Amino acid sequence: MAGGGSSLKSYLLVRVALVIPTILILLTLVFVLMRVAPGNPVSAALGGHVPEAVIKELTHKLGYDRPLYVQFGSYLWHLLHGNFGTTITDKREVSQIILINGAATLELTVAATLIALAVGVPMGLIAGRFRDRPIDAASRIFGIVMYATPVFVLGLMAQIVFGSWLNWLPISGQASPLTTALLTTHTHLLLIDALIDGNWPAFWDVLRHLILPASTLGLVFAGVFIRLVRVNVIRTLKDDYIEAARARGIRERAVVYRHAFRNALVPVITVIGLEIALLLGGAVLTETTFNWPGIGHALYIYLQNRDYAAVQGIVIVFGLVIVAASLIVDFLSALIDPRMRYQ
Amino acid sequence: MSAAKPHPDTPVVSVRDLRVYYGTPKGPARAVDRVSLDIRAGETLGVVGESGSGKSTLGRGILGLLPEGTGLAGEVLYKGRNLVTMTKEELRRMRGPELGLIFQEPMTRLNPLMRIQEHFEETLRQHHPKLSKDEIRQRSLQALGRTGIPPTRYKHYPHEFSGGMRQRIMIALALVLEPTLLIADEPTTALDVIVEAQIIRLLADLKRTSGTAVMLITHNLGIVAEACDRVAVMYGGKIVEEGNARQVFADPKHPYTRELLASTIALETRKLHTIPGAPPSLITPPPGCLFHPRCPDAMKICAAAAPPEEQLEGRRRVQCWRHSATGAIPAGQNAPLGREEISVAFEA
Repeated sequence: MAGGGSSLKSYLLVRVALVIPTILILLTLVFVLMRVAPGNPVSAALGGHVPEAVIKELTHKLGYDRPLYVQFGSYLWHLLHGNFGTTITDKREVSQIILINGAATLELTVAATLIALAVGVPMGLIAGRFRDRPIDAASRIFGIVMYATPVFVLGLMAQIVFGSWLNWLPISGQASPLTTALLTTHTHLLLIDALIDGNWPAFWDVLRHLILPASTLGLVFAGVFIRLVRVNVIRTLKDDYIEAARARGIRERAVVYRHAFRNALVPVITVIGLEIALLLGGAVLTETTFNWPGIGHALYIYLQNRDYAAVQGIVIVFGLVIVAASLIVDFLSALIDPRMRYQ
Repeated sequence: MSAAKPHPDTPVVSVRDLRVYYGTPKGPARAVDRVSLDIRAGETLGVVGESGSGKSTLGRGILGLLPEGTGLAGEVLYKGRNLVTMTKEELRRMRGPELGLIFQEPMTRLNPLMRIQEHFEETLRQHHPKLSKDEIRQRSLQALGRTGIPPTRYKHYPHEFSGGMRQRIMIALALVLEPTLLIADEPTTALDVIVEAQIIRLLADLKRTSGTAVMLITHNLGIVAEACDRVAVMYGGKIVEEGNARQVFADPKHPYTRELLASTIALETRKLHTIPGAPPSLITPPPGCLFHPRCPDAMKICAAAAPPEEQLEGRRRVQCWRHSATGAIPAGQNAPLGREEISVAFEA
């Protein structure tokens, strides 16, 4: 660690400082693209057949007839004061969408990631260790099938088998209507809220709703992890220090666990971190399949309605999540691999 | 921890008819072909040869550190036991405390995620589980000290060291277990000449102070002349000549040794001497003597039959028809091998 700490700190500070221009560029792009794209939020909000005058009036009221740079400036000004604006179509606070739908997505993503890691990493390690043996072939086939199957196909199959045929698990939504109505809100994360109140029936209900969507999404990503981890284990087992450890008479188990597995996971962390960031935004298909009130699903709806404020707000959140994820990845890599601390 | 020093004349390791075969798509490659040699305590044996002559494979074959599926036959006798027929687990226990190995490329031989300290702790705990934390630290620092690494660097990571220092660490990591035999596989090839001299001196000191037998694999004849008591010259997986290093260099018996010595570069070198042709195929070797297609002294017999090994005075041996007992070569077979026949034989 000697000497590495301060350079790591300054490196991370620079990375954090770079977040602001990154988000600004992203925001500008989305702002311009939304307005260049055909369709407008006012007619979408009012429905098909309204007089031209009504549309004009509302457009003026919302300020969408001002020059673009004025609109952009005013948006940034509000943003600077923590005001994300209100949606045009359903008059919701954008910050509330981010909070409530974001929490639902976070819950789904964290659960899916845990499943993906729990399944993907051990299977990848075993497959790489026993390369070309039956267990490797089985893991690889499992991995590619999971990865190649569209998530909605996997989701629908899970719904049919575990929901309709076996009738074990609920197939839609984040919780039963009764639970949603009775649960007090602390964090917007339903599982945590139920835990805080010690409300075990609600906790159980939310957990049961989570199992199918989280498993579906988790298994798709486990497919990627299996192959990624496997390739890295195979590569690491050929490294020179592995042979050197064997030449010192280190037990094969220790060679594999202490040297090969640990070192193989360094490049894997980078990819896994970015995959998780993608998951947060990319869970749209899963959310739609399971009627999960997540932020990806919300983005999809607001995008169709050209709801400027909502789309911009959600995109900022995605940007921040990706930036934060890559920061965490860098930090973790530096923590594990001493060579990274000096770059 | 190693046993009392054996009598100087008893070999530490006796290799008898060792053969190592690599499976290749074109058939088995005889990387090491019926090699026999002895290494005594406190003795440094240099093994020289071109790339692909089987010298590295020989070193690894002795330790049983070969890729899966490699064929290994013959005997490696160490303290009365044959390493070739040992189980994997028995052999693993031997590697480290009995037989040490250091490698050509020190840059990648240490785990980049582990401190130097962790490498030593892992190694000592594996073979001496009863050592206390303090004893481990003491022994490690002592071994590092012998190779010139100060204790202040004990907690550093591999990437914080230069190539020469990493090789010293690798040597210390082998020394800390006090092996009876240390096999050094081109330990200085990747290092610059100054560091090379330091490492060679280190190995020489080591054998003098602790009586460790060293097998020094190299393609650098200068290193052999400087650091080795005996030298074995390998060609095509066979030892074609072996003897006292000074004697072999002063009076090489095998034409290959002679040509190899003539190919070294010295200050007075005006024109570079090379041996024409390429090392023999190990999958479809030429008939007779493996060197005959490139040998300037080749006779008719050399293309027809492999030369027997002749024992010469003073623990010297050579595999060459020119040194065979009188009467061993049939009449007329000692005529020089014509140029045309050379090319035909080479293609065969």
